Amino acid sequence: MSAEAHTSTEYIKHHLEHLTYGQMPDGTWSIAQNAEQAKEMGFMSINLDTMGFSIVLGALFLYLFHLVAKRATVSVPGGMQNFVEWVVEFADNSVRGSFTGRNPMVAPLALTLFVWIFLMNAMDLLPVDWLPGLAVAMGVPFMKVVPTTDPNATFGMSIGVFLMVLYYSIKIKGIGGFVGELTLQPFGKWGMPANFLLEGVNLIAKPVSLALRLFGNMYAGEMIFILIAIMFSGGAVLALTGGVLQWAWAVFHILIITLQAFIFMTLTIVYLDMAHQEHH
Amino acid sequence: MNINLTLIGQTITFAIFVWFCMKFIWPPIVLALETRRKQVADGLAAGDRGRHELELAAKRATESLHEAKMKAAEIIAHAEKRSAQIVDEAKNAAKIEGEHMLAAARAEMEQDVFRAREQLRGRVAELVVAGAEKVLRREVDASAHADLLEAIKNEF
Repeated sequence: MSAEAHTSTEYIKHHLEHLTYGQMPDGTWSIAQNAEQAKEMGFMSINLDTMGFSIVLGALFLYLFHLVAKRATVSVPGGMQNFVEWVVEFADNSVRGSFTGRNPMVAPLALTLFVWIFLMNAMDLLPVDWLPGLAVAMGVPFMKVVPTTDPNATFGMSIGVFLMVLYYSIKIKGIGGFVGELTLQPFGKWGMPANFLLEGVNLIAKPVSLALRLFGNMYAGEMIFILIAIMFSGGAVLALTGGVLQWAWAVFHILIITLQAFIFMTLTIVYLDMAHQEHH
Repeated sequence: MNINLTLIGQTITFAIFVWFCMKFIWPPIVLALETRRKQVADGLAAGDRGRHELELAAKRATESLHEAKMKAAEIIAHAEKRSAQIVDEAKNAAKIEGEHMLAAARAEMEQDVFRAREQLRGRVAELVVAGAEKVLRREVDASAHADLLEAIKNEF
């Protein structure tokens, strides 16, 4: 990945391209070798890197926590159990603080979201060329290591949350109650179209903002890492500056990845709480 | 950065992860946490109870000590009273006994005096009769004057 082989634009483009598997124009199924091919595959294709990293990270989280859960002791907990209990209590307290309804699913959901998103975001802290460089060396054309910089991943989660919001809205309030909530306020029944427009936007804005906030933050952070990485090929002074900058940005990014995971979790809890509330 | 099947794949993955977490991870950990919380609370409550019981026991001990002291004092007072009473009784008995003995001795003495007087009287009468006999032998017939002599004897 030297500057001789790539211009800066190519370097950045390469870093922003997913490893996409789908149907080629000639009818065969294979991995897209460039951005055009990936675009032509359309919806019927899949980003192997996003899926792979997110599943591996999620499985890692579930494996470690399950390991602790199986051997959870009531007496003095060991270091790992202590850590897991700390995270679980953190999620539990967040749910207790924001969620007023009664639903045994919300707390595990919050825990999963928080840890999973945190792990996916944390992939951002790896130097941007390590895994893609390794992939290229192994003959894999593209490798995007941070799943949350893929809108598919963030929208995937937010759509999951949105479906739950719809499900519980209808389950708790009934179809009539939910439709009423969408159409009968804030202007009363004579302002029905205006109500529906406002409440509809309000409803749709929840998953969209949830997904875009996470995606935007992580994408921007990743982009800055990529831009800093370009400096490494610009001579000793620039490379040294780049090193310092990368370190500084990584330290700051630790805050962002945690914060974004926390925001996603908290907003999910709040949206589900709103879905559980009857108010008229 | 195309929207494609990954979206659906991620949603499904997400649902599976949440389900797994809810089923296999959350319950045992929360159960352990709750159980430990309860144990700690129970332990603290037991400690409190123990301390309370200790206080009560100390109080009870002080009370019974006090009671025992009171009882002992009472017993001592009673014993003192009783001993004084016994001494008094003994004194009285001794006094009465002494009086008895005094009275008996006095009576005996009186009897002795009486007896001595009787004897003396008898002796005097005899002496008088003997004297009178000697005097009157010549002129008085004892038998003739027996009445008179007896009367004199009685007069003593």
